[in-house]
Amino acid sequence: MRTRYFARKLGFYLVALWGALTLNFFLPRLIPGNPVEALLARMSQTGNPPPGEYKALQALLGVGGSNIASQYVHYLGQLAQLNLGVSITDFPVPVTTIISTALPWTIVLVGTATVLAFIVGTALGALAGWRRNKWLDSVIPATTFLTAMPYFWLALLLLYLFAVLLRLLPLNGGYDPTLTIGWSGPFIASALEHSILPAVTIVLAQLGGWLLSMRNMTLTTLSEDYVVAAEAKGLSPRRVLIRYAARNAVLPSFTGFAISLGFVVSGSIIMEIVFSYPGIGYELLQAVQNSDYALMQGIFLVITIAVLAANFFVDMLYVFIDPRTRQQL
Amino acid sequence: MSITGPTEVLSAAPATHPTAGLLNRLRAAGRRLRDSPRMLTGVVIIAFFVLLAIFGPLLVHNPNSFVGPPLAGPSAKFWLGTTQSGQNVLDQLVVATRGTLEVGFAAAVIATLVALAIGIGGGFAGGVGDEALNLLTNVVLVIPVLPLVIIIAAYLKSGGLAPMIFVIAVTTWAGSARVLRGMTLSVRNRDYVLAARVSGERAWRIVIVEILPNLSAFIISGFIFTVIFAILTQAGLAFIGLESPDTLTWGNMLYFAQNDEALSSGAWWWFVPPGLCIALVGTGLSLINFGLDEILNPRLRMYKAPKSR
Repeated sequence: MRTRYFARKLGFYLVALWGALTLNFFLPRLIPGNPVEALLARMSQTGNPPPGEYKALQALLGVGGSNIASQYVHYLGQLAQLNLGVSITDFPVPVTTIISTALPWTIVLVGTATVLAFIVGTALGALAGWRRNKWLDSVIPATTFLTAMPYFWLALLLLYLFAVLLRLLPLNGGYDPTLTIGWSGPFIASALEHSILPAVTIVLAQLGGWLLSMRNMTLTTLSEDYVVAAEAKGLSPRRVLIRYAARNAVLPSFTGFAISLGFVVSGSIIMEIVFSYPGIGYELLQAVQNSDYALMQGIFLVITIAVLAANFFVDMLYVFIDPRTRQQL
Repeated sequence: MSITGPTEVLSAAPATHPTAGLLNRLRAAGRRLRDSPRMLTGVVIIAFFVLLAIFGPLLVHNPNSFVGPPLAGPSAKFWLGTTQSGQNVLDQLVVATRGTLEVGFAAAVIATLVALAIGIGGGFAGGVGDEALNLLTNVVLVIPVLPLVIIIAAYLKSGGLAPMIFVIAVTTWAGSARVLRGMTLSVRNRDYVLAARVSGERAWRIVIVEILPNLSAFIISGFIFTVIFAILTQAGLAFIGLESPDTLTWGNMLYFAQNDEALSSGAWWWFVPPGLCIALVGTGLSLINFGLDEILNPRLRMYKAPKSR
């Protein structure tokens, strides 16, 4: 039973991955005219394209070959060998090297902050639904305001307040550049200090969404018969809330987690730019500013794979959380 | 309420008058607004910004002209201070309202039309076509939108707001499409739709007359979400410099402020107002959606218990 669910989900994410890869293949071909010439022309506006770039771009985009089908096969073959081409921002560093240096920063920061926001927001949401019409419930409109503001603007505000006015926290970067990167005490302390504002930005911006959906679901579950029955049995309110109402109310939030993840990653990309945080979003900006198409496409692929993998993980987790999915399939 | 009961019945009686029906509907909508302070607040905020977008640009001076000293703080002459090159921030803010809302609403209209075609079309038709469209919807839903939009925008890098609207629309329809498909599946087999089928109604007529009206609240709520999302996405793209600098939007204002180091020179009057406007429009739209939610899901409604004192 469980293997069938697993296979179906795995199949879906493979199709999604294939869709993203194919999109990545066709995007350069959407530019009118010869894509290689067009890219070279644009590159020479921002700097001299390195020698042999024409051949390299042809190979990268796979446009030198005969027909589009063989180009497509060639492209997939290059990807399978993890050959994403060479960056022109830091010529001749391979795109994979740049991405693997930047990725851990983003994953640790965005991952931790997202999980934290989910837990805190869901807990507060359950409480707000439980004690509705109390003070916590009246905070809801304020959280709406937090959710509606762009991540990067919230980042600007926090930066202005804590780094420019109060001078409590560093203005930009992911660590103190005078330290060497490694597992040393001072470096970790500096990295933590630099991650406070970015993390607070992500948590604040996400909190409202989780809080609201959990509050609404708690309100809906609270009027279910089994909750009334639990109350009638004389169970303590805490037990009714945690074991009966919240357990069932949290399920849609888990499903929503998948969809929101893409949104979170998107928001964090631009937020990283505000903090000059050395993650994947900052690299994407460098790529855009330098018309570094190989790097751009590589980053898109990596972000897509990361989001798909996280979704797959949540789907698998769901089987353990909700017994009904085990029985239905 | 019991006092207004008879008059409602009386005014509803002459159903032959189409205007009477419309008036009643307006009155009912007004009552709902009064009962839901959240929705009322949202409507007021959005009405303000829409009016500002329509009439604002007529009332202010050219926002790009250099009218004052650089980086002057708020004063009686310049309510929101000036930019690095001495432009009036308030004038820019007012003119930018139009561009920002245009992108948001235009992208949402296109995305909603796509969602309607794919969600309702697939859900109503069923079969292999529905399976394929549903797979497409779910795939688009999990692919992270912003990196994709950034890349497409970088390739298209050309002037005007039209490419921006197009890019946002083709990447944001999936959420609504999924909701609408689910709703269509549940409505499709209800008795009144079956009755219409049996009596030989054409498919498009069943969709428009029987199905669409029952989904209208969901369509509106999806539309509002898409507007919020489109405005946020556009602000993000503009902020990293992927929007033509000739058009003034709130996102572009933030881009210029960031590039001219408004942050480290402490010119808060330059970067706070545009973001605040984006957040206010988003809040207004969300509040309207809360109101819709309360109408759709009675369990969420707030009942103010009469004071027992």
